[in-house]
Amino acid sequence: MVYIIIIGMALVTMIPRFLPAFIINKFIFKEWVNHWLQAIPYAALGALIFPAILEVKEGAPHVGLIGGIVAIVLAYFGLNVVLVVIGAITTVFLLTI
Amino acid sequence: MNQLSKAKDSFGRKAMFQRGLQAGFPIILGYIPVAITFGVLAAQGGLSLIQLTMMSALVYAGASQFMGVNMIVAGSAAVEIIVATFVLNFRHFIMSLSFMNDVKETVSMKSRIGLSLGLTDEAFAVSSLNQDKAKGKYAVYFYTAIYLTGYLTWVITSFLGGMLGEVIPDQLSQSMGIALYALFIGLLIPPVKKEIKYGLIAIIAMLINTALTPFISSGWAIVCGTLLGGFTGVFLLKEKT
Repeated sequence: MVYIIIIGMALVTMIPRFLPAFIINKFIFKEWVNHWLQAIPYAALGALIFPAILEVKEGAPHVGLIGGIVAIVLAYFGLNVVLVVIGAITTVFLLTI
Repeated sequence: MNQLSKAKDSFGRKAMFQRGLQAGFPIILGYIPVAITFGVLAAQGGLSLIQLTMMSALVYAGASQFMGVNMIVAGSAAVEIIVATFVLNFRHFIMSLSFMNDVKETVSMKSRIGLSLGLTDEAFAVSSLNQDKAKGKYAVYFYTAIYLTGYLTWVITSFLGGMLGEVIPDQLSQSMGIALYALFIGLLIPPVKKEIKYGLIAIIAMLINTALTPFISSGWAIVCGTLLGGFTGVFLLKEKT
C-alpha cells in the first residue's frame, strides 16, 4: 500500500511539473502574460518565505523572524548566499540555546 | 582571435556547468539538514529504507514528503494523501510555466522535460534569479548543474538520514530549519536592491498568502499568493522591455 501511495504522490507531483515543458511552445503569450510570468519568481519567494518562516521554532515565531531579519541584513550588505544561510543558522542556534 | 576563443570559453559547456554548480551550492546547504530529518522521521514512522529513498527519488518535494509520511503513519486513505500532495505541490506548475517561458528559446524540449522533473522551489528560485549567468547554446548545462546537485543531495541525504538515524544533534537540525528561508531571502534581496518593485511584488504575495492562510490549505494559499502577487507584475514590470 505504501508503494501505491508513493507512486500516486509521484504522479500528481510530476505531471504539473512537466506539463509546462510541453505546452510552452504552443502559446505565444501576450506581453502582459510575459510580465506576469516574469514576476512569478519574486511572488513565489514572498509566498514561500512568509508566514512559514514564523514556524521555524514551534511556538516561538520571533526566532524565525529574527533569523530572517539577520538574513535580510547580510544579503543587503552583499554577502554571498552561502554566508547568508550560515549567518541565519548561527543566529537561530544562538537564540535557541 | 585570442579574445574570441576566450569569450567562447566562458560560455562553453564546462564553464556553464561549473557556474551552475556554484549557483546551486547553497541548495546543498539547505537540503542536507531537511533531507536528513525527513529520512529520520520516515524511518521512525515505519517506512523502510527503500520506501523512503524511493519517495525522495520519485516525489522529490520536501514539504509534501513530510506530510505524506505523517498521513501514512496516521493511517489516512491513499486517495486523501494523493489529493493533499497534489494541492501542496501545484505551485510547481506555475513555477514551471514561468521557468519554461524563460528558457524556451535556449533549451530544447527534451532537456526541458528532464529539467522540469527536478523543479523544486529552490531550484526554480536559484535558476530564475541567476539567468544572467546562463547565455548561449550551452545554457542548459548551467541549469542541469543546479537541478542535478539539488536532486542528488536530496535523495542521497534522505537515504543517509534513514540509515543512520539522528546524525545531526536536535539543537543543530532545529537551527538549520531556517536554512531554506535564508536561501530564499538571500536570492530575493539582490534584485530588490536594484529594483524596489521586485520587493513590492514579494510583499504583496506574502500579504495575500498570510491573509488566506486561515481559510484555505497552505498549498492553495501559496498558489494564490504567487499568482495574485505575480499579477501585480503586469502593471509593475510594464516599463521593462
